[in-house]
Amino acid sequence: MNLHEYQAKQLFARYGVPVPRGEVARTPAQAAAAAGRLGGAFWVVKAQVHAGGRGKAGGVKLATSAEEVRAAAAAMLGSRLTTKQTGAAGLPVNQVLVEVGTEIARELYLSMLVDRSKEQIAIIASEDGGMDIEEVAAKTPDRIITVTINPAAGLQPYQARQLAFNLGLNAAQVKQFVTLAQKLYRLFEECDAGLLEINPLIVDKSGDLVALDAKINIEDNALFRQPDLQAQRDPTQEDAMERSAAEHDLNYVSLDGNIACMVNGAGLAMATMDLIKLHGGEPANFLDVGGGATPDRVAAAFKLILSNAAVKAILVNIFGGIVRCDDIAKGIIKAVREIDVALPVVVRLEGTNVDQGKALLASSGLDITAADDLTDAAIKAIAAV
Amino acid sequence: MSILINKDSRVICQGLTGRQGSFHCQQCIEYGTQIVAGVTPGRGGETHLDVPVFDTVSQAIAETGATVSMIFVPAPFAADAILAAADAGVELVVCITEGIPVLDMVRVKAAMQSYDCRLIGPNCPGIITPGECKIGIMPGFIHTPGSVGVISRSGTLTYEAVYQTTTNGLGQTTCLGIGGDSIRGMNFIDCLELFEQDPDTEGIILVGEIGGTDEEAAARYIKDHVTKPVVAYIAGVTAPPGKRMGHAGAIISGGEGTAAAKYAALEEANVKTVRSPAELGSAMQELLR
Repeated sequence: MNLHEYQAKQLFARYGVPVPRGEVARTPAQAAAAAGRLGGAFWVVKAQVHAGGRGKAGGVKLATSAEEVRAAAAAMLGSRLTTKQTGAAGLPVNQVLVEVGTEIARELYLSMLVDRSKEQIAIIASEDGGMDIEEVAAKTPDRIITVTINPAAGLQPYQARQLAFNLGLNAAQVKQFVTLAQKLYRLFEECDAGLLEINPLIVDKSGDLVALDAKINIEDNALFRQPDLQAQRDPTQEDAMERSAAEHDLNYVSLDGNIACMVNGAGLAMATMDLIKLHGGEPANFLDVGGGATPDRVAAAFKLILSNAAVKAILVNIFGGIVRCDDIAKGIIKAVREIDVALPVVVRLEGTNVDQGKALLASSGLDITAADDLTDAAIKAIAAV
Repeated sequence: MSILINKDSRVICQGLTGRQGSFHCQQCIEYGTQIVAGVTPGRGGETHLDVPVFDTVSQAIAETGATVSMIFVPAPFAADAILAAADAGVELVVCITEGIPVLDMVRVKAAMQSYDCRLIGPNCPGIITPGECKIGIMPGFIHTPGSVGVISRSGTLTYEAVYQTTTNGLGQTTCLGIGGDSIRGMNFIDCLELFEQDPDTEGIILVGEIGGTDEEAAARYIKDHVTKPVVAYIAGVTAPPGKRMGHAGAIISGGEGTAAAKYAALEEANVKTVRSPAELGSAMQELLR
């Protein structure tokens, strides 16, 4: 789950990580009033969306008067911001963050994440702040510094110093950096973060470190023990179909094709998409109905698939292990009858009670094409489009 | 022969009395697995599925001499359960539980370095030696004793590979689902090493998926250490970057973890790769002919 920048900065402030003074606003008037309260010579108005690349897309504006703050907020609020990370539809801007402007001396990069291969939390830093870090990593890997943290010992000061000296910080800044890194590490652990990124972490004109931006992702598996953070979820920033799927315990990801898939198991669901592509079709989605697929869940999955207007055919691929194929068949029949599915449906069943499942489908009187195996299923679904 | 488990394996179940634990232990017992004890704190002294229940793993091990534990404990308590098993002296822990927080697994993996204990999973279907011992949630009837070792990050995709090798008569020595999370216990390399040593395993099927670089590491290991034929399939060629595809670990991020990179690494190691999971069985048959 992603947090907004303003939510992430509130967390930073709570942990004592320096951020610019700012206020979140939901109307242009609130934004102008916030600028008045904050004081200062200039302000930055930042659109709050769950995506990077806001600056280039017009989602970050400098303003030198309360009236300019109001105008910038008015242009952003209620609009959709399209950045290189959002897709063509963009994301709705419902809040802006108004911050006191900061004079920048240097821009650095700092992030924390779980390093899969080392199986530890890693801190990544670079002198090339404010840039696309993946590009930096690809073009100038020597400008990226990484330390990994033994979970028993925690982040040690020497590790933070190692990063700080490599970033070319002076003695006073090294001290600030060590404190900042330890606070961030505590935040990362206590809040079950999956990713924490500050790009840029700046040195301001007076030589102090400030987190000018903030991005935090909370690991989904840990949300059960982070109720305060879960309450900050912003569903307007999520794909409507993916959100509706999550409410039914379905794993769904939208794709651009026209053949919808409904599969049990994440690996098999990916493999089914791949097979459609391999045989010349285009998958419309990833959909894992999970191990405990009940008739109701199958029906919910059908409804979800059909809400995508681009879909021209449906491929159901089930390998019944603990799930019984006859139960799946009943779910399919129920769904096709209730929802009045007008699209071609191709079904491949294998595994537990497969014969009963196939017999149910054959005797249902519905227009369902049975497939013999994986390949046959993909070919028949493509032919049906 | 087989790897890790056989007909003599004595198994306890942590979470035996829960709904999932009860259902799947019943299936395992029917398959022939020796489930000799259950552990549910506060239920010690009871009997469930004709199996004695203990309050702690150490009591269960002391009383029964079991060496394997299968875990169905819910995600919030699963990390604790894994370490309880390791600390009690269990040799193999099979954790089926899905949804364990990744930072819990970071701590578990660090702590497990002090024990001589292997972990399979979490978020996996488990391990089976056909005809002898099933520890997990896979449908037993699709397996048959034979000559192929199967390693996979996915559950249902493992079943595809198993079913195909059952249908074409090759059969399996042992099949392991190593799990769909980004931090897990045994990895491809650990399993490859055991299959390479197992005299009855003639060929190995490896089923990977997008995310991380474990398949690339496996490819390097195969090149240097594995003499037996290996067939591999990688799921997720069509997966978009940045999206978590069901499994917590199945995500392409920062340009890392693409199916194309994994295929390239495996082919470089002379692994027979297939672009369709429907060809896993036939490809292995070709190699073993």
